[in-house]
Amino acid sequence: MEEKRSNSAGGVGGMVLFALIGFVGALVVGWVIFPKLLYSEKTQPIRFSHTVHAQLGIDCEQCHHLGPDGRFAGLPTTESCAECHGEETGDNSPNGKEIDKFVKDYVKTGAQVPWLVYQYQPDNVFFSHAAHKGFECTKCHPDVAKTDTPPTYYQNRVSGYSKDTMKMWECERCHASMGTSNACYVCHK
Amino acid sequence: MSGHSKEFPITWGMVIDIDKCTGCGACMASCQTENNIEPQPEASNKLRSTSWMLVYELTNDKAFPDHDIAFLPRPCQQCGNPPCVSVCPVVATDKNEDGGIVSQVYPRCIGCRYCVAACPYHVRYFGWYDPVWPEGMEKTLSPLTSVRPRGVVEKCSFCHHRWNLAKDAARASGKNPDNLDDGAYVTACVQNCPSGALSFGDLKNPKHKVHELIKNPNAFRLLQRLGTNTQVYYISRREWVRKLGDNYLKSE
Repeated sequence: MEEKRSNSAGGVGGMVLFALIGFVGALVVGWVIFPKLLYSEKTQPIRFSHTVHAQLGIDCEQCHHLGPDGRFAGLPTTESCAECHGEETGDNSPNGKEIDKFVKDYVKTGAQVPWLVYQYQPDNVFFSHAAHKGFECTKCHPDVAKTDTPPTYYQNRVSGYSKDTMKMWECERCHASMGTSNACYVCHK
Repeated sequence: MSGHSKEFPITWGMVIDIDKCTGCGACMASCQTENNIEPQPEASNKLRSTSWMLVYELTNDKAFPDHDIAFLPRPCQQCGNPPCVSVCPVVATDKNEDGGIVSQVYPRCIGCRYCVAACPYHVRYFGWYDPVWPEGMEKTLSPLTSVRPRGVVEKCSFCHHRWNLAKDAARASGKNPDNLDDGAYVTACVQNCPSGALSFGDLKNPKHKVHELIKNPNAFRLLQRLGTNTQVYYISRREWVRKLGDNYLKSE
């Protein structure tokens, strides 16, 4: 009888241990392994330092502005970057080398930089920057002004979208709290 | 039925003067390009092809001296009381937006085609084929309208992306996006109609031309007695054309 009892006590302890291992295992799979499988990591073609430019006193809107018809111009073209970075610097510092790489690969060839945009919306979304002008950029975008190296771009291997793309429930939650319509055609096209 | 009609402060509407329409089809062609409708694999098969805007030929069925024809362009009528919305099991189509445009959300549509059967105006189209653009023609695709896959229902949206653009332009120039000027937002078919048969605007805004046009005694709406309360009006000075707009009995 006594032996049996100790056996059953050991069984409970073993079960608790197994449950714990299973629980931790599930956490590791869910938080570490699955995201690694789902998202591929990409780096920007040029290590653009927003910090350096922000420290020079350049506002977000100087490079990322609205067009005259209210459409968002998005990222600056190679030509507008070349207004300052038209020639190779010959500088051997890490930043100087990056500028030279940009000048050599893009300004001299006239190609556009294939920047990875963290917040691109799917094809069927119409997002108006003009309508959201009253908000701080960082309300939706990562505060890149504080990043010397652009953050890693995580691409969903299934959908092809960026991990940082705003989800529909996030748009809807803010619209609801602002009293803005959540009708389909307000955002969809 | 008409008692449930939804009312909106802005009501986008189209007025089509049938007597001015020459049947040239510019509205149909401009609609296809504006809204990314692929070249139809079998355009002569009317049960399997898509045309958000369609020009019908009307005739008075009389012999030569009295013979007469007319052309009737037919976009989505944007009913105030849409029969398609109440039958949709997944709320892929709805009339809940300011402006009164009946929306259609393709990723949500399950392709059951209840709405196709319910629409009395035949404005809804089912995608029977995968959309394919011949090589080189994909360059004509517009980024302003999303492309539909095979197996969902689509219809005229009054080019509502142009409304979004017009609102953005108004915001950029410091104007009120909720009180657009007449002509700031027009659909592709209206813009491209060479004979001026099509007009577009806010039916409730006295500054818009259509506000006056719908008061014309020759103005009528299609199948008005169904109580669909449509936002598309037709004008014809010919009585036989107006009579074709609804199912009149011989005694009427």
